[in-house]
Amino acid sequence: MTKKLRVNGVEHTVDVDPSTPLLWVLREQLELTGTKFGCGIAQCGACTVMIEGVAVRSCIMPVANLEGRDITTIEGLAGNTQTPHPLQQAWIDHQVPQCGYCQSGQLMSAAALLKRNPQPTDADINNAMEGNICRCGMYDRIREAIKTAAEAMPETTPEQEIAKEADNG
Amino acid sequence: MGKWTRRAFLSAGVLAGGGILVGVALRPGNRNDALAPFVEGDGQKLVHAYIKIDQDNVVTAIIPHSEMGQGVHTALAQMLADELDADWNLVRVEEAPAIGDYSLYSVGRGFLLQGIDFPDIVIPTIEGVMMMLSDSLDLQVTGGSMSVRVTGTYGMRVAGAATRDMLKRAAAKAWGVSEKEITTEKSMLIHTATSRRAPYAEFAAAAAEMTPSYTPKLKEIKDYKLMGQHKPRFDIPAKVDGSAKFALDVRVPGMVYATVKRAPVFGGTVKSLDDRAARAIEGVLDVVTLPVTSADMMIGGFTAGEVVAVVAEGYWAAQRGLRALDIQWDNKGNGAVSSADIAAQHQRDIEAGADRKSDRSTGNIEDAFANADTILDADYTIPYLAHTCMEPLNATADYRDGQCEIWVGCQNPLGFRRAVADVLGLNEEQVTFHNLLMGGGFGRKSRPDWAMQAALLSKAVGKPVQLIWSREEDVRQDFYRPASRSVFRAGLSQDGELLGWQNTYVNKQEPAEAPLIPYAVEAQDIGYVQSPSHVPWGAWRSVDESMHGFFTESFIDECAVAAGKDPYEYRANMLKAHPRHLAVLNRAAEEAGWSAPLGLGRGRGIALKESFGSIVAQVAEISIMNEQVVIDRMVAVIDPGFAVAPDGVVAQIESGIIYGLTAAIYGEITIEDGAVQQSNFHDYPALRMTASPVIETHIINSGYAPGGAGEPGTPPAASALANAIYAATGKRLRDLPLNKHIAFAEGGRA
Repeated sequence: MTKKLRVNGVEHTVDVDPSTPLLWVLREQLELTGTKFGCGIAQCGACTVMIEGVAVRSCIMPVANLEGRDITTIEGLAGNTQTPHPLQQAWIDHQVPQCGYCQSGQLMSAAALLKRNPQPTDADINNAMEGNICRCGMYDRIREAIKTAAEAMPETTPEQEIAKEADNG
Repeated sequence: MGKWTRRAFLSAGVLAGGGILVGVALRPGNRNDALAPFVEGDGQKLVHAYIKIDQDNVVTAIIPHSEMGQGVHTALAQMLADELDADWNLVRVEEAPAIGDYSLYSVGRGFLLQGIDFPDIVIPTIEGVMMMLSDSLDLQVTGGSMSVRVTGTYGMRVAGAATRDMLKRAAAKAWGVSEKEITTEKSMLIHTATSRRAPYAEFAAAAAEMTPSYTPKLKEIKDYKLMGQHKPRFDIPAKVDGSAKFALDVRVPGMVYATVKRAPVFGGTVKSLDDRAARAIEGVLDVVTLPVTSADMMIGGFTAGEVVAVVAEGYWAAQRGLRALDIQWDNKGNGAVSSADIAAQHQRDIEAGADRKSDRSTGNIEDAFANADTILDADYTIPYLAHTCMEPLNATADYRDGQCEIWVGCQNPLGFRRAVADVLGLNEEQVTFHNLLMGGGFGRKSRPDWAMQAALLSKAVGKPVQLIWSREEDVRQDFYRPASRSVFRAGLSQDGELLGWQNTYVNKQEPAEAPLIPYAVEAQDIGYVQSPSHVPWGAWRSVDESMHGFFTESFIDECAVAAGKDPYEYRANMLKAHPRHLAVLNRAAEEAGWSAPLGLGRGRGIALKESFGSIVAQVAEISIMNEQVVIDRMVAVIDPGFAVAPDGVVAQIESGIIYGLTAAIYGEITIEDGAVQQSNFHDYPALRMTASPVIETHIINSGYAPGGAGEPGTPPAASALANAIYAATGKRLRDLPLNKHIAFAEGGRA
């Protein structure tokens, strides 16, 4: 069955079984291998991508329902710019990754958090990152890097204001 | 017999394009007596490394170790570049290819077979060298926390210094000046008196014609420029934008995907298989049964049961196919074994004491107990543990025309290549091995079982195959840290002095010294019995050190309590003969504010463990909130001799602590009906961000021989935590995981 998917702003047509999780379509059909397989049951967060700006575990998300949605993967995090996303820069500055395998998912969870909540508290960060396991145990560095990125990010966008109001409301 | 040529130690050659290639094959640690390190019997001093200098003055360090996030490529390059006086901005790294030239073993063998005029008296020693080589360095192993302390110290630094010497000699000759007057700085050769300067590249080719010294003068710590400095890791930028290539990211034209299920009861075979439903699934290409396989290796050898694989156009179809299989297994008589049976067997075997082997026996233990005022007995137990590397096991193989190309992320590329060649009936040269980044290793990726499966599957279906294990398979088909029991008896004098220490445990791997204690106890009787089951064991981050770190450092805490002494001071008083240990312990107590009282419901625990050449002390500080444990912070102090890459050492300690705490709090693999019951992160959890403590790491550069960093952070973590729980609650926990006995706050600290 063919499906149209918009990933990192690019339209793709893929021919897969509709039950196939997005993860495998990204990796096998679109060759976007930055999104990782870790558990297959949404327990570890290695496969996290953003769908409409929200962090989603792509290993359990069938492609059937994703037509017309904006999907962002780690490869699209920096957008079309040549400069890294502030989170990516903070990850380098804090020397966050060890093996690095979970970091695409960590970054996408963090990016979704900052979209929604540009100045998160420690508790906000913990809550948002609770679904992402790092077996190298770099949680302290991830938390600090998110704070650094939050400081470096531009002022809130209108989109964030709306999201914030929705959160508060 | 031929001559002992220096080429055996260092060889140089000119690269196409005029670069220089220098290899340090074998290097004695003692320049006054080339044989001394062999006589000392330290097989880990035999090393191998390479440098390239190209025409653009770029220095490339070729690293014979795998990068699994421990920062080894950067740290080893720092060691090489410092001795070379290289410009760090022009330093690059490459991982050595999996070919024989980078094999420690084959270099050693080649060196010996060259024929050397040795006096007869050392011939047994030379045979010992061969044994050490094959025993401890089965080719290209990354493990044992030995990259920096062995390859770096005896390989990279020597290669860098020898190359610098040759470059100076070459420049001196060309300039007609004395070599002594030439200085080096940032990849430049300088002769101040005549105001001459030249980049290394200019003399690289001339230097490559020279015979390198195998005993160059190495820098003293005060002269280090790069070692000891924080340098951003080479591998990190690609790990934040998705471009880093892990084994799972390999794409080979025409490749298909596979996933497997091995007999759930270890060693089992297929009794019957109905694959009709699986084959009916769209995208499923084949169902293949793989035979019982084994690898005969010094490190990483194993035998494992039969496997059923589903090969498909994509992983999802393969996974659906696997679930649709109807397989009946022959459990080979192990279908009724449980964890309880194994634990009972451990207890029986310890009580029987048959074939008890001694690790240490000093003083008279019977007299010590007879003279004791108090006798203290305690039994400690731990379960099996899986590794759960973030990246599930996977390999891509392309077998055709009697050749196999294979892509894996593993801890022993040459060992894997041999295992793959053996299982295919090929010789090693017919296997081209690509080692990629590893999403975690922790010891699991020293066993080649899954790479062999991929190779067999490619051969079976005649296509390139990417084999991906499910997480469930990863958890259920591991080589586990063994379950163990450790039984203690201590005798204390009236004033609490430890007179006798007796300890018997089951299941010894390595390192041999893991169960030993540094404390001054006159009578010690430490030994073990082997009590194997059908559950396969393997190296798990720090191997035996992690289990004995929990056992011995918990029991010494019990001794302190029985003696009515402060656990820190009690230890410190028994460390007078070990000033390094004492300094680490003291510093940990100081940094943790050990003497400052904590409020009600809070507690601190301390633990000290030397492993892999480094000494680590940790203090855990916890609170009990709503009857649940919250780990507020961990303070760690490490004396690694000298921290070449300080931030790398800090990161490894942080990582080692989280790995150790995860296992201490949650880690438990149970066996029921012969098979593992857990399957994924929901029932084999990992510590997550909220419950993770703040970690403060402090480094003591004592200047002693360099120690490891990748593993030594793990061994003290469990006991520091358990001792803190005792301090806060009065509850002594002698059985892991701790969450079976006390609740942990999932929410962690606020």
